[in-house]
Amino acid sequence: MYTASDLRKGLRIKIENDPYIITEFNFVKPGKGQALYRCKLKNMINGNQFERTFRSVDVFEAADLQEKRMQYLYKEEGKYCFMDNQSYEQVFLSEDQVGEAKNFLLDNIEAEILLFEDRPLGISLPNFIDVVVTKADPWAKGDSVSGNTKPVTVQTGYQLQVPPFIEEGEKIRIDTRSGEYLTRVKG
Amino acid sequence: MIEADSWRLAARADALWLRARMIREIRRFFFEMGFLEVETPVRIPAPAPESHIDTIASAEWFLQTSPELCMKRLLAAGYPRIFQICKCFRAGERGDRHLPEFTILEWYRGGTDYRTLMGDCEVLIKGVARELGFDGAFPRQGRRIRLEVPWERITVRDAFLRFASMTDAEALRRDCFDEILACEIEPRLGMEAPVFLYEYPAELGALARVKETDPGIAERFELYIAGLELANAFSELTDAEEQRRRFEKALEDRRRDHRPAYPMPERFLSTLSQMPPSAGIALGVDRLAMLFADTCRIEDVVAFTPESL
Repeated sequence: MYTASDLRKGLRIKIENDPYIITEFNFVKPGKGQALYRCKLKNMINGNQFERTFRSVDVFEAADLQEKRMQYLYKEEGKYCFMDNQSYEQVFLSEDQVGEAKNFLLDNIEAEILLFEDRPLGISLPNFIDVVVTKADPWAKGDSVSGNTKPVTVQTGYQLQVPPFIEEGEKIRIDTRSGEYLTRVKG
Repeated sequence: MIEADSWRLAARADALWLRARMIREIRRFFFEMGFLEVETPVRIPAPAPESHIDTIASAEWFLQTSPELCMKRLLAAGYPRIFQICKCFRAGERGDRHLPEFTILEWYRGGTDYRTLMGDCEVLIKGVARELGFDGAFPRQGRRIRLEVPWERITVRDAFLRFASMTDAEALRRDCFDEILACEIEPRLGMEAPVFLYEYPAELGALARVKETDPGIAERFELYIAGLELANAFSELTDAEEQRRRFEKALEDRRRDHRPAYPMPERFLSTLSQMPPSAGIALGVDRLAMLFADTCRIEDVVAFTPESL
């Protein structure tokens, strides 16, 4: 249980069975009046936002979130399917919930799925993944006009800038948080 | 870590100088008007019971939430013009405009009512502004706040009619007076020039005298500049019996809300009947510094916050 004085940016609370995250917070108190806790809240399931002012007597339930390791299976009709390899239970995430991670969803990749009472909210991938370059222009040695990087496409369909010496069929490591090239992977 | 901390403090230099010059000018103002600067204990056995202000305990006593009670005892003993710049403490108050430990300027005048204090505010703040290089106006978040006197006076009733979605009576009935005031009215007060919000509903002036011609109205005002609540003033209540009833009501509210209980300030009550008709006011020194430093965050005008200790 939280009281109003625990409220702060980033806190996750449960309101009417939905998990909310506080995205903006301010304490206001007119003169001799009541302490007021003005919050902007975001529904972690549907993304809806609203503002609400709480008083010091208000109490809140924590939004009890779990992370579960699950395996990516397939995408169908805009939904991404993941499976718990122990229980074989499957969950579906929307395009919004998957977010930028969709660029790095290798077949069978394992990811942490954020769940609220068995409802999926989001996903976090390993920080680094190794992928095969499926499309790259050949490197013209000594071509100084083309600059220090060139665009390539990797096996997930994601496009990024890499050093010019990277060739089609090679494996590279990507930082999934920034989406940037890190290094060439041998073997 | 140490280095980052020193850098943070060093970067505060302008604000700390502004604050020091401001306080020097405040002292000069009061000395010139013949006020006595007093110091009263920060640690007291019984605070003035307030429904919505919580103390910080200090051993078996409390840190003051305001210097009010001791200053009024001085007033009752025959010091008609006194002022004090002191630290006050309020539990749980932390936000862009609040610190749990903050600086109050409080002054009292015997033999007068709260209207005189409006005049004091005008002269004092104009003088402080001039000392800081703002003659007649100062910049605030891209606006220009004019300081020519007299400053506008607007009653609480009119402010609700002008700015709010309901009347003050309706807000009280629906128990949302503070929400409406804080969210709908305050952000619009004093955006071009300072404003005195005055004549509060009697139940919102626990230590204030009620208006002779209308017992439903407390002689209380608050000064707003650029949406910032700066000062709270009363024509002081001198009826000890009535004061005791209001304190009991506040203690009853506290019990109902499961807030800590406080002892009745008996010493204060026993001298209250000797206090002459007077007016008193508390002004937030940190808030005044925020205005002139043109910042919206109170931590920009103090060297240390609780989080940085």
